Amino acid sequence: MDAMTRWSSPREEVEVGEVAARRRRSLIDVDQLTPAEMRWVFDMARSFEEVSRRAVKKVPALRGKTVVNLFFEPSTRTRISFELAAKRLSADVINFAAASSSVAKGEALKDTVLTLQAMGVDALVVRHPCSGAPGLIDGWTDAAVINAGDGMHAHPTQALLDCYTLMRRLGDLEGRRIAVVGDIMHSRVARSCIKAFTALGAEVVLVAPPTLMPAGAPAGIRVSYVLEEVLEDCDVFYLLRLQMERQEEGLIPSLREYAAAYQMDLRRLERTRPHALVMHPGPINRGVEISAEVADHPRTVLLEQVTSGLAVRMAVLFMALGGKEEENAAAG
Amino acid sequence: MSPGERVIMDARDVERAIRRMAHEIVERNRGAEGLAVVGIRTRGVPLARRIAGLIGELEDQEVPLGILDITLYRDDIFDRPQPEVRETDIPFDVTGRSLVIVDDVLYTGRSVRAAVDAIMDFGRPRRIQLAVLVDRGHRELPIRPDFVGKNVPTSRSERVKVRLRETDGCDDQVVITEGGG
Repeated sequence: MDAMTRWSSPREEVEVGEVAARRRRSLIDVDQLTPAEMRWVFDMARSFEEVSRRAVKKVPALRGKTVVNLFFEPSTRTRISFELAAKRLSADVINFAAASSSVAKGEALKDTVLTLQAMGVDALVVRHPCSGAPGLIDGWTDAAVINAGDGMHAHPTQALLDCYTLMRRLGDLEGRRIAVVGDIMHSRVARSCIKAFTALGAEVVLVAPPTLMPAGAPAGIRVSYVLEEVLEDCDVFYLLRLQMERQEEGLIPSLREYAAAYQMDLRRLERTRPHALVMHPGPINRGVEISAEVADHPRTVLLEQVTSGLAVRMAVLFMALGGKEEENAAAG
Repeated sequence: MSPGERVIMDARDVERAIRRMAHEIVERNRGAEGLAVVGIRTRGVPLARRIAGLIGELEDQEVPLGILDITLYRDDIFDRPQPEVRETDIPFDVTGRSLVIVDDVLYTGRSVRAAVDAIMDFGRPRRIQLAVLVDRGHRELPIRPDFVGKNVPTSRSERVKVRLRETDGCDDQVVITEGGG
């Protein structure tokens, strides 16, 4: 890819003023961002990718800012990715895991947040099992709140990093067809991804067994219950992790039966278009939604997604904390 | 030329200044061995490209060119609205090299401080020199240029604007305007 081509128009022509003028530049879900703003994030992410290739993988941009990773749910890759992103921007990072904190003593979410606010933190990266928790927190604090996944609601940085990964591979998403396959009903990743993909002009097809398909798909989104139906006409297959509990809940007959109908395996991959890519937000269940061969296949961009995640999260943190602070507080 | 503008260098002046600086850089460094030129975004980049090209012709050897975006190193990063970060591209190892940083206008010296800090994160150059098309004075940091296209005494209320054919789509030109314009 030509290093100098831009996805966004030059700064002056984009309405990024909107981002700058927001009271707190929190990111709760992707639909807060216009497509122009998303492209602007991607261009910035590409600049940040270069930082990770330097001898000294650190820039002083957020020196003196404090970022708290507030995680009420287990997470490895998202937390490490945010932590590394903040550290590469020279912010101070505090990792807060609910299990080993006063939350275990029964402290209410609001009090945890107010306590952190009283310590003068600048950004809260929040992962919470309840949908809407980051939005609530955003109302309680002056710090910027970045949603790192809440319940079944949203996971905006995952959606942004997926779009960025795809644009690096395929160029603009306008007119591309993306199949989102698997447990769509319970997936915050799917919800944010569908919004981001369609905002950038891609066509989305949802593929799942009827028990894992949410009722009432958004207008203009195709729904299919059979993976074979869409194999030949999609550019991207976005596989979702099947949570093992779904079997106990009776939503699928068995993992084997799910795999037989919805697993991306070599046989199915060979029927797709030669340029089609396979994505997965991780962690994967080898042998359930993706076969081991496909997981290691050159058309599977799993690890690129992880690498992109770092750059995109640097861009998101920089957007939340860079620039003039009074301006953030003034408007809105 | 817009009203209120005073042209202090036209295209031929700019051309001559760049040629002279290229010669001076070669003279001071006794050739182009181990030399690389790094332009500061935005208008330092085309200037650096021209200087690298001229040195390459004079010495008959390729001079590596780097592009530096200093946004993340600025000391006023929290005083400006949402800054835009653009790509930095240093396609060579800086360690042991003599680098010439190129910018269009030298004013407070803060951009140069940021550029030097940025370069140090890429390695340990043997030396760093500074070439600017216009030095307008009013330094706020202990920084001085090694190669100057033109010294222009200015008042703080004036603005010095460099226009280049690569970035501004017009003939090269350096103008001074009074006040906020």
